[in-house]
Amino acid sequence: MTEILRVENLKKSYDGFVAVGGVSFSVKQGELKALIGPNGAGKSTCFNMLMGQLKPTEGRVFFDGKDITGHKPRDIWRKGVGRTFQITGTYQSMTVIENVQMALMSHHRRIFTIGPRAWKLYRDEAMDLLGVVAMQDQADRPCSVLAYGDLKRLELAIALCHKPRLLLMDEPTAGMAPSARIELMQLTADIVRDQGVSVLFTEHDMDVVFAHSHHIMVLNRGELIADGNATEVRNNPQVQEVYLGGGTLFKEETHA
Amino acid sequence: MLSVEGIHSYYGKAHILSDLSFEVRRGEVVALLGRNGAGKSTTMKSVMQLVRPRKGGVTFQGRELVGEPAFRVAKCGIGYVPEDRRIFTDLTVLENLEVGRQPARKDAPHWTTDQLFEIFPNLDERRANRGKHMSGGEQQMLTIARTLMGNPALLLLDEPSEGIAPVIVEQMAATILKLKAQGLTVMISEQNLHFARAVADRAIIIEGGEKKFDGSFAELEAHPEIRDAYLSV
Amino acid sequence: MAFFLAQFLTGLANAAALFLVASGLSLIFGVTRIVNFAHGSFYMLGAFIGITLMDILPGHVGFWGAILLTGLAVGVIGALTEMIVLRPIYRAPELFQLVATFGVILVIQDLALMIWGAEDKLGPRAPGLRGVWRIFGEPVPKYDIVLIAITPFILFALWYLITKTRLGILVRAATQDREMVGALGVNQAWLFTGVFALGSALAGLGGALQLPKGGADLLMDFNIIGEVFVVVVIGGMGSLPGAFIAAVLISVLNVFGVTYLPQSTLVLMYVVMAIVLIIRPWGILGREEAAGEHGQVGSPERPIRPYGPKGIALTSAFVLALALVPLFAEQFVLTLIVDMIVFALFAASLHFILGTGGLVSFGHAAFFGGGAYAAALLVFHTGTPMELAFLFAPLAAGLLALAIGWFCIRLSGVYFAMLTLAFSQLVWSLAFQWRDVTRGDDGLVNIWPAEWLNAPAPFYYFTLILGTGGIIFLRHVIHSPFGYALRAGRDSPRQAEAMGIDVKRVQYAAFCLAGIMAGLAGGIFVFSKGSVFPTVLEIGESFDALIVVFLGGVKTLAGGVVGAGFMTGVEDWLTRLEYWRLLLGLVIISVVILMPEGIVGTLSTLWRKIRHTDEETIR
Repeated sequence: MTEILRVENLKKSYDGFVAVGGVSFSVKQGELKALIGPNGAGKSTCFNMLMGQLKPTEGRVFFDGKDITGHKPRDIWRKGVGRTFQITGTYQSMTVIENVQMALMSHHRRIFTIGPRAWKLYRDEAMDLLGVVAMQDQADRPCSVLAYGDLKRLELAIALCHKPRLLLMDEPTAGMAPSARIELMQLTADIVRDQGVSVLFTEHDMDVVFAHSHHIMVLNRGELIADGNATEVRNNPQVQEVYLGGGTLFKEETHA
Repeated sequence: MLSVEGIHSYYGKAHILSDLSFEVRRGEVVALLGRNGAGKSTTMKSVMQLVRPRKGGVTFQGRELVGEPAFRVAKCGIGYVPEDRRIFTDLTVLENLEVGRQPARKDAPHWTTDQLFEIFPNLDERRANRGKHMSGGEQQMLTIARTLMGNPALLLLDEPSEGIAPVIVEQMAATILKLKAQGLTVMISEQNLHFARAVADRAIIIEGGEKKFDGSFAELEAHPEIRDAYLSV
Repeated sequence: MAFFLAQFLTGLANAAALFLVASGLSLIFGVTRIVNFAHGSFYMLGAFIGITLMDILPGHVGFWGAILLTGLAVGVIGALTEMIVLRPIYRAPELFQLVATFGVILVIQDLALMIWGAEDKLGPRAPGLRGVWRIFGEPVPKYDIVLIAITPFILFALWYLITKTRLGILVRAATQDREMVGALGVNQAWLFTGVFALGSALAGLGGALQLPKGGADLLMDFNIIGEVFVVVVIGGMGSLPGAFIAAVLISVLNVFGVTYLPQSTLVLMYVVMAIVLIIRPWGILGREEAAGEHGQVGSPERPIRPYGPKGIALTSAFVLALALVPLFAEQFVLTLIVDMIVFALFAASLHFILGTGGLVSFGHAAFFGGGAYAAALLVFHTGTPMELAFLFAPLAAGLLALAIGWFCIRLSGVYFAMLTLAFSQLVWSLAFQWRDVTRGDDGLVNIWPAEWLNAPAPFYYFTLILGTGGIIFLRHVIHSPFGYALRAGRDSPRQAEAMGIDVKRVQYAAFCLAGIMAGLAGGIFVFSKGSVFPTVLEIGESFDALIVVFLGGVKTLAGGVVGAGFMTGVEDWLTRLEYWRLLLGLVIISVVILMPEGIVGTLSTLWRKIRHTDEETIR
């Protein structure tokens, strides 16, 4: 498998406080990889640097062999990196399908066009994408009335609009019911398999992490303390100490 | 102590709670369980009157709360810790606590900042820090401490374990048990059954805004079909 | 050198009142999120009440007592205003409240006229402080020295109140999340009233304190508000020391400006503001506004659709009916409809960036008036034929928008609003003070249309075609991919950036387009009136457009146009009465309270209720 994302010695510090201190890792093509760690470990900072929301203090990010360090979010998106947010950022005043059409219009570089009616553009293409996440029957509902789980699926459809080669998902299942979590991650895993996309995601739900990721990385105080498959990570004593805890509360969950 | 009788609550046009009734007795810890979107947060907000129930009643220590503004509910002795924490990020830890401060109450434990710093040692170290420079777990501790400054008789904790690392969740469970030992009545909403079982005496399960189960954890164990139907562990 | 120092001291003394008013405005905004347009009115009330009280109360104690009592009285008026006018509408969409405060301005203007009359009043001298002290030989009024000495104490007292007291902590907490403060047992309704009263009292104090240096007149409210906005923008929203520094900076600058550049005092202030903002976009001590705060109210806008056959038929019938009007109507009806169409186009252009783009501009008159002046200047100075000069109106307004937008678009929220206002004031001050070119407030006259248009009916058709054409074009753009991208940037800028949309660039382009359309309206306007005066660039003109958009309904596409029709109609009818401002103010306040979604918004909600239409899906 070839590397799609390579991160070298990524660092971020704010006035002396080191949020992320020299992290290196890579994501291979077709891989579903999780980034976990306690709150404040630097996961979000890390993600925001990959996607261009934050400029790293040091280090390099390569996507598909090209240096994208410090590029703007929209330029990184154009290169083929999709993103979903922890708190969904869909367009509340538009319908479900218009949300997808908006992404398609951007992908086809029609943002500054004033000729055609927007709601007619790329409707079929958008419908196909909604099909992937099983949302076709809700295509013409206003986005503002959607249930939370549906919003998450819509966001996934939007993220797939420009056929990304890498998807960055920040806590994709936060705030969802356990069953819906499994469903969403299953869907993500299917997309990884069918379309050859690579996914890097952060997550708090250990069920989701251990059930669906090919590889897991653990971040603590801005340092990577583990990078391996589920068994390796679960049995890593350092990981247990800083993150998973004694397991008194979660004994059952890990094999659920 | 708290009695909720047949409330119906709406968010705009969406009917979230329908005919929901339950009671919370003095000194117990009750867990409100259910999936996301089941109506747990809305139940808490309906008690606080942050969401106005359109029908039904909420009485607390014999006093009708429906229609009262939220601040008066708080003054009655109900402390509310919202799901999304909502600490005042531009204020320091001490200032956050000051916002929550209310006069002492006869029927509830009285808290001072020093007592709270004993329970939450992490906060003690960060007294003068602003809220925005704190981790999620510390923020969660701060919201609880801030609410305790109001000396509530009943504490409503909305999803205290959401988005927090497992080790901190364990600390949180210990803290809730400590509060119970001090004589506080607590109601928590949870999706995490293991956490709920570790701290609560009784479980109430809601689904689609209706009550589906109300009983002890032992009873819940005895009916795994209920657990499977509504909690999907 | 001594002269320099004396000048500097005068500036410092002038800063006292300005600082008081500005800190009040920024305090009120911080907690209630209301941009209180009526703040200048409280300042004016402070001046009038102060004079009255100083007449009654004698001597030293009387003078200073009168100032304190004035602060108290204006504070009470502020509290009443908050309770009666604003409390019912806190749940209305954001910024809707500013329409109500505009109504308050009108009401206070006429009440002041009723009570104190139209004549300017000279302020009494402070007893015992009538003369001057000589500092290095230069005379400095004693009262100035006293003001300079007092101001730091006021700053310190306010700073202490906000940072050290429980009230201050609650205020700062409420600034961030009012609902949570309520859930913690604080009665936020009274907190709001208290803060509003305090802010108003500060404005009243400012008005009373400046009396010995100035006086009281009915134009004070608008005259100070522009300066106050500049101070708040330069200092940084919500920062007391920032407001102080900025007040000193602006006042000192004004004093030196009067001495060295008497022709450009006003311009100078806005130039300094522009320079500060290039270096520090959020003001000297301001911080970037945190996004995503709690307490946002109002349901999201409904998805939009172009008119179906029925809508098109209705619109066409309406336009056709308008086209038939000249066949039977008298000339004054035609003039009224021309005014309506011009205003509707102007409002629609503001609605385009405000409603669709989420960019609240307080200075849209710059483009309307800019367009009008551009055409008028060409005709006046070079005798350019009307056809060519008219084309220049939208072009010049577009170029102006290109320049102003470059500064403003980098900011967002209330900073954007304040900065647009300040820039429109810059344009106004140019028209007002560059007398060689613009003839100042004598205005440019004899700007008539070309021969073939110079009659009521032809000009009416000219207006009808361009006006409705402009409005239809804007609507078309809203439904195009560009309009969608604009809405995307408004709904979720983060998501838009993450899907490759350059949000700022889209907004910049929209800002320019809105400027062009406002300029077009200005072009029609100038040839319909035959003259242009600096009043078309005033704050009042920008506010009129804002009011109209909010009254019509921000979240509806027809809002601007309907609001403009309503407003022009009501104004035309009311201005025949003596105290029309009072009545208009009351009309505005009642519409705001009774129809919190605006006229179109409230009507369409009612309509849907009556017909029980399916809320969920469209089409």
